[in-house]
Amino acid sequence: MNLSPFITEILQVMIVLGVSPAYVGWVRMLKCWSQGRTSPGLFQPYRDIRKLFAKDVILAENASWIFRFTPYLVFGTTVLAGGIIPMLSNDLPLSATADVIVLVALFAIARFFTALAGMDIGTAFGGMGSSREMTIASLAEPAMLMAIFTISLAAGSTSLSQIVQVIYSGQSLLRPSIAFAFIAFVLISLAETGRIPVDNPATHLELTMIHEAMILEYSGRHLALIEWAGMMKLLLFMALGAVLFFPWGIDASGSAAGGVLAFMFLLLKLAASGVVLVLIETGLAKMRLFRLTEFLGSAFLMATLGMLSFFILE
Amino acid sequence: MDLHIAAQINSFLAALVLLTAFGMLVQKRIYGLIHLFAWQGLFLSLNTAIVGFVAGRHHLYISSVLTLSLKVVLLPYILHVLIHRLKIRKEVETVVNVPMTMMIGIALVIFSYNLTAPIRELSTLITRSTLAIALATVMIGLLMMITRRHAVTQIIGFLALENGLFFAATSATYGMPLVVELGVALDLLIAAFIFGIFFFHIHTTFDSLDVEQMAKLKEVD
Amino acid sequence: MLNPLNLAGSAISLLLGMAVLSLFLGRRPRLLVIVSFFVAAGASLAATVAGVWVVGSNITSQAVMSIGLPDLPFHLRLDPLAGFFITVVGLLSFIVSIYSIGYVKGIIKQRPITRLVIFYALFLAGMFMVILADDAFIFLISWELMAAASYFLVFFEDERIENRRAAFLYIVVAHVGAIAILLSFGVMSGLATGFEGFHGFTFDAMRQAQFPAAWATVAFLLAFFGFAAKAGVIPLHVWLPEAHPVAPSNVSALMSGVMLKTAIYGMVRVTFDLIRDFPWWWGTIVLVFGLISAVMGVLYALMQHDLKRLLAYHSVENIGIILTGIGLAMIFRSFNFPLLAALALTAGLYHTLNHALFKGLLFMGAGSVLHATRERNMEEMGGLIHHMPWTAALFLAGCIAISGLPPFNGFVSEWLTFQAFLLSPSLPSPLMKLLVPMGAALLALTAALAAACFVKAFGVTFLGHWRGHHKPHIHEADWFMRLGMIMAAALCLCLGIVPTLVIDWMDNVPEQLVGARIGTTAGAFGWMWLTPVARERASYSGPLVFLVTLSVIVIAYLLLHVRAGSLKRVPLWDCGFEKVTARMQYTSASFSMPIRRIFGFLFSIREQVKLNPLAAHRTVPVRMQYTLRIRDRFWGWLYRPIIDVSFWISRRVGRLQQGRIQAYLIYSFVTIILLLLFPR
Repeated sequence: MNLSPFITEILQVMIVLGVSPAYVGWVRMLKCWSQGRTSPGLFQPYRDIRKLFAKDVILAENASWIFRFTPYLVFGTTVLAGGIIPMLSNDLPLSATADVIVLVALFAIARFFTALAGMDIGTAFGGMGSSREMTIASLAEPAMLMAIFTISLAAGSTSLSQIVQVIYSGQSLLRPSIAFAFIAFVLISLAETGRIPVDNPATHLELTMIHEAMILEYSGRHLALIEWAGMMKLLLFMALGAVLFFPWGIDASGSAAGGVLAFMFLLLKLAASGVVLVLIETGLAKMRLFRLTEFLGSAFLMATLGMLSFFILE
Repeated sequence: MDLHIAAQINSFLAALVLLTAFGMLVQKRIYGLIHLFAWQGLFLSLNTAIVGFVAGRHHLYISSVLTLSLKVVLLPYILHVLIHRLKIRKEVETVVNVPMTMMIGIALVIFSYNLTAPIRELSTLITRSTLAIALATVMIGLLMMITRRHAVTQIIGFLALENGLFFAATSATYGMPLVVELGVALDLLIAAFIFGIFFFHIHTTFDSLDVEQMAKLKEVD
Repeated sequence: MLNPLNLAGSAISLLLGMAVLSLFLGRRPRLLVIVSFFVAAGASLAATVAGVWVVGSNITSQAVMSIGLPDLPFHLRLDPLAGFFITVVGLLSFIVSIYSIGYVKGIIKQRPITRLVIFYALFLAGMFMVILADDAFIFLISWELMAAASYFLVFFEDERIENRRAAFLYIVVAHVGAIAILLSFGVMSGLATGFEGFHGFTFDAMRQAQFPAAWATVAFLLAFFGFAAKAGVIPLHVWLPEAHPVAPSNVSALMSGVMLKTAIYGMVRVTFDLIRDFPWWWGTIVLVFGLISAVMGVLYALMQHDLKRLLAYHSVENIGIILTGIGLAMIFRSFNFPLLAALALTAGLYHTLNHALFKGLLFMGAGSVLHATRERNMEEMGGLIHHMPWTAALFLAGCIAISGLPPFNGFVSEWLTFQAFLLSPSLPSPLMKLLVPMGAALLALTAALAAACFVKAFGVTFLGHWRGHHKPHIHEADWFMRLGMIMAAALCLCLGIVPTLVIDWMDNVPEQLVGARIGTTAGAFGWMWLTPVARERASYSGPLVFLVTLSVIVIAYLLLHVRAGSLKRVPLWDCGFEKVTARMQYTSASFSMPIRRIFGFLFSIREQVKLNPLAAHRTVPVRMQYTLRIRDRFWGWLYRPIIDVSFWISRRVGRLQQGRIQAYLIYSFVTIILLLLFPR
């Protein structure tokens, strides 16, 4: 039975929307286990989001329309990004809409508006979060681009479906350039999704916040949308890593059985990535803001080494 | 194991050698430096063994074992003991900041790639593409000696440089004659002992191993 | 007879006529403003139509006028390249002229505006003439007209000494550049016809000529230097942040938006059209200077707290990005990859068009803020979004466009530039293959820093609370100003959503210059998808990204807004600290602090904090004074030595002026003897 690509597309978006809170729940569960605590369960993020949707929205008196618009924009761009990454099938209609660079730009515009929302209320915390977030983003961009460049050298394209196809059918598994690009990608994902060692997503101390400080003023359904979009962003970055570097299991035929198999593989890869993420987060401590230049500089170094080894060794 | 896979593994190990070289360049902790040096030695000996297998030069097996015992086990152990006895501070200061050193390192890699391009055209060995990496490792070792303030780290830079030279020999001509290898290995060992003695001397005279202090030895101010 | 050249020519005559007419209408400023700017808008619109027509239909028309030197009448030419730049200049001039009607009406109360109107018309005429010029003589005359008119425009508020200094610096650098351009044309014309008569100065003669490699390099370097001085490339950028802020905002919009583009036009014309065969290292020079300008420009902009200076430094950055595209095009062309060169050239030219629009929009927004608050310093502003909602929303559109974010136009040209970079592995030289990707990384850094800078600019100016001490009464801009900004913002959005149509239109330009077109591949998959080289390579669909995001937002809003009425407004949450003031917000200097710490080694920065404690308890600060001084290192390295040397030379030469009659008689006597002695 062949599924129409549009059905696969809608299914994928539903899966991204539905599975991302569970993924975040899985990561939190693993973290609790590794720290010897009892976890609130895999489905706690669902309950959190449902609770937030039911609550009232409290706005400061001088919040402008940008503050109210940002949660919807962030949610919208993240959902679009969820539709672009070929997680289940290589034949999605939306994958011609955007290549990897456009994907990065979609996250960038979400970040732009979140930073503006941080500055909107006029407290010091919001400004601090915006300032730090934009600085980290500007340091992560060159590394991200170099990693994309290295992958596109190997695949001859920046279109995600094309990359999947080339790497899937490639003979060589041990390519130093891809390995270096992978390490760079891991470091950049930590920076973009705001995990330790860049930012602590569970902190309550305002002076240590980066992403949280920008959204400190949000409440009710706005906060629900932003939190959900944050969960989706984490899932999408992990999925992007899986798609670019471990693409086995992605369905190219369009059949329903292939789709189900792809979904199983996706869950497996996400579970494994959760384990790796928790290992990194538990093993490292959050870095000082100005140490991040070295962190992101090493990400850039890895990506550049990947590019250089493509030319030198391959 | 056919040629293609061997060449791939060779390239992969070369990339790892370069990675450890850069790692040593930016590493700030002395124990980390020693561990990275040990890893570099390990990758190097593995590489030598594989090249020996594919090219059929059996003396490379002996080099590989020699590298393993010397650079992975013995020299790191000696350095460990030295650092422990001298009670050195575990942090290393650099002359230039870390991102700048990384940029210079990348520039050196590009430079060595450009330099070895003609050799790559002419060579018929399977290891021809790794010559650029070897040359880069030599230069990064030299860079490490220049940008560090601590005498122990300068020694490690010197050892990394020697690693690069060894790697270059393997890539260019499938290794040096065994006699030469044994001689070089013995020289290294003696050098390590002599360094140890000198470190004690410097430490007692200056009370620190910071090489900037040796500027006090100048006659003219 | 309606052909594009006539249309453009009549636009110019209309502007010149208006300049003369304005002299007579000086007594009635309101009428003068409305008439003159409407005429300017009409003329610009006519020129734009001419330009669009020429580029779309690939016509080239030439004309020789009856005025000019005896041996060299004025030659005019309108080919697709000129047509493209006429479109850029005309489009923004049209929008800014509409804006000016509202803006200049507001200035009437402060000072007479006749000067502004006259020189505005002359400025526009000069720019159009530069682009239409087909021989060196009229090119330089129009160049001078443009520079002189803009000097008087910069100089408009002449009672303040820093304005006079800024204008003086501007005119000095402009003339140094003009001399270089003149010398370059001299070299090229001399090699074209061997210095016999003036015929060599026509561009046609230069096109026919074959230049020996060394002289071609000399001509290129001189031309690059001269045009770079006008474009504001680092290190010749020092006049830009001085001159653009002090000019009236509509003039700043034009100067930043289109005057810098005439320099780009000059560079492209000289390199691709007049010289035509060049080695790869010319392109590398352009690329390197472009990248340096891009990175340094945006870093300088991040350090600014004056809104217009910040925008001026961003012009330096964007000119850098344009030069990056053009440099890549030159490199690909010299290695004989016409398709890739066409892609890079399209990226550079698209960015030219985009920059004119969004920079014009931003300066118009800044003008409206300045008009309402009388304040240029961002540190004193804040919360303007509540009083000026239209200006804020349109300025936001400009901010998103310049940061290179979808769905606006800045993203399309940056994406095309990245795609051109990603094709660099086709280059045969191993060194280029490794170095060009580093350039791509620098471009990514620039784009991200630009986004940071505009979050700062918009956030500090429009969001939060008013940071200054006395809040003036703030009113929204009037309808003409709003209309100008709306048009610019709408065009930014359209150019971002349907790039395939624009590329289809402008495809004749790369065809003329490098001999290839990308329109066929760019639109091959359908008008909605931009696929520059091949669909498998990369694709971007502007309309789909916009529509899908919009639909998700609308669906989410409708689903959630069903339970409206659960929204409460409360006072600001102050974390328990009751005395929160507006001064506790993040300011421009604090926002850029992390970036200042990381990249500060490029500037000379001095930060000082002075604490005045209570007399009784030393640890309790009563007053805190924070001083931040940031200086451009280029002044110390490059300009100050040159200034000192020139003054030294002038003093030495000044000794010739003895003041006594005998000395002057001796000079004449010696000269006569020499002249009698030598020509024998």
